[in-house]
Amino acid sequence: MSGSPFTDPSLTARSDPGDPRFPADRGALLVWEYLIRGWRRYLLSSTAEAVGAPLLYLLAMGVGLGTLVDRGGRTAALQGVSYLQFIAPALLVAAAVQTGMNEASYPTFARFKWQRIFWGISATPITPRQIADGQLLYYLTRMATGSALYYLVVAAFGAAGRPLGVVMIAVGTLTGLSCAVWVMVVSATLRGEGGAFNVIFRFVLIPMTLFSGSFFPIAQLPLVVRWLAWLSPLWHGNQLARAATGTHGDWPSSFGHLAYLAALAVVGVAVARRRFEKRLVV
Amino acid sequence: MISARGLRKAFTVKNGTLVEAVRGIDLDVPRGEAFGFLGPNGAGKSTTMRMIACVSPRTSGELSILGLDPAADGVRIRARLGVVPQQDNLDEELSVRENLYIYGRYFGIAKAACWAKADELLDFAQLVDKAKTKVETLSGGMKRRLTIARSLMNDPELLLLDEPTTGLDPQARHVLWDRLFRLKQQGVTLILTTHYMDEAEQLCDRLVVMDGGLIVAEGSPAELISRYSTREVLELRFDVRQETTAQDTVAGLAERVEVLPDRLLLYGDDGERMLTEALRRGATPISTLVRRSTLEDVFLRLTGRSLAD
Repeated sequence: MSGSPFTDPSLTARSDPGDPRFPADRGALLVWEYLIRGWRRYLLSSTAEAVGAPLLYLLAMGVGLGTLVDRGGRTAALQGVSYLQFIAPALLVAAAVQTGMNEASYPTFARFKWQRIFWGISATPITPRQIADGQLLYYLTRMATGSALYYLVVAAFGAAGRPLGVVMIAVGTLTGLSCAVWVMVVSATLRGEGGAFNVIFRFVLIPMTLFSGSFFPIAQLPLVVRWLAWLSPLWHGNQLARAATGTHGDWPSSFGHLAYLAALAVVGVAVARRRFEKRLVV
Repeated sequence: MISARGLRKAFTVKNGTLVEAVRGIDLDVPRGEAFGFLGPNGAGKSTTMRMIACVSPRTSGELSILGLDPAADGVRIRARLGVVPQQDNLDEELSVRENLYIYGRYFGIAKAACWAKADELLDFAQLVDKAKTKVETLSGGMKRRLTIARSLMNDPELLLLDEPTTGLDPQARHVLWDRLFRLKQQGVTLILTTHYMDEAEQLCDRLVVMDGGLIVAEGSPAELISRYSTREVLELRFDVRQETTAQDTVAGLAERVEVLPDRLLLYGDDGERMLTEALRRGATPISTLVRRSTLEDVFLRLTGRSLAD
């Protein structure tokens, strides 16, 4: 027999605006809760990747390539550290950036375009801004857990530097956020089939990863293109992460890097929230 | 429940021109009524529904939902609405039960109560067997039932259904109508848009016909039929192009004659008598049909037979 939805009065947990359960101030958390539920399906493969990728990169580049780089004695260009120690913080930051940008692209875009999930949510008391914030919280969760796992692998390789090096988890997350929010803006704006993301990955993410001082200091770059590295959030993140390990950098420049990343993130969050509102409230 | 005066909605489209989707409509829907919006594509039905659902700010006019103003109290109103969108927006990768659960959470319902409510609604939507199935494997009718079940998670006072049965097979439509009818009996106010006349006749106490952003007629299905059509309709089917000559034969027999490519529709009070008289005058239809007027006749008369888009 089919029941009616109104049979059991104890279950009619109506949400009343006067009720403390009313999600006015925790809508973002509810959206985050939903996204985490979706992530749980991929938790195993996602964790395997989060541990496996650093393992392979550090082995191949840090240890394998590093043996060649370090053969001629530790160079001053790498601030006197081994190649493994030089690239480990940068690889961690690059991974966080990639995670954030990935999540902010197709998966987020699909919730507007193909699955239309955001429209479903916006029919409830949740506001578009809370939907945007829930997305951000989810990116942060993904990047922070990814960075933490990366850090553990880096530490296992003995390349994490002093204990303060643990700050690189936060640095990776912030750098990732400063990039992801702008991809999120694109996701909320695009109307087509998402081809723009391929352009972003090929012509922004990949060059940025290669030329942001991750694998070699940007001092090796000709002056005419070095300014591009200065614009790159990844370069600022790399410098900051290395400063955390104590191998490089000073307080004033670290503060500058931090300010640059924070500004990119804060402005990006504001623009992304606006874009979500414009897209969902028409 | 809903009241609107001079409600308007205009969009600026890409090249900067202003498109008026809704051009000043008045509405009053009392509690417990099943109210329908009929109209061709582009008539402004969905735009009106989005304004009522508090996801689309009105351009001008007055609008009150549950006694509140959507412009100021959208969140509070949405907490008491159920919305069934035109296109399903379920999470296809989550299970049927999880979809209900997460939606309930958006209304601030506690976790345990959400699961319990989800189970109750699975029963209502006849989806108990599918509780743990991923949504992507469901049929269109099942997804629709799930979307309706989802819209009931917060026990809405007002349920908005935008073309609830478009694209479904007849069996699935009848199951849905049955569910909606139950809700109506339980006192839920239903607002629906449709372009199926049988759906409107089945479900609606009262309806409006919209065309070009305006309300062109309003009333119960029976009222609309008596006002805009006749009691009966005689359909005479002819061989191709003979209907024009036949048109002269039947002239004056009916209150109104409509000419279709292969048919004449004669609107009058007594179909049998019109038929007898037409045959006596020498009309030679290849088939004939006497039927009662339906909302479809009203609809086509009011909004024309040409395609809207």
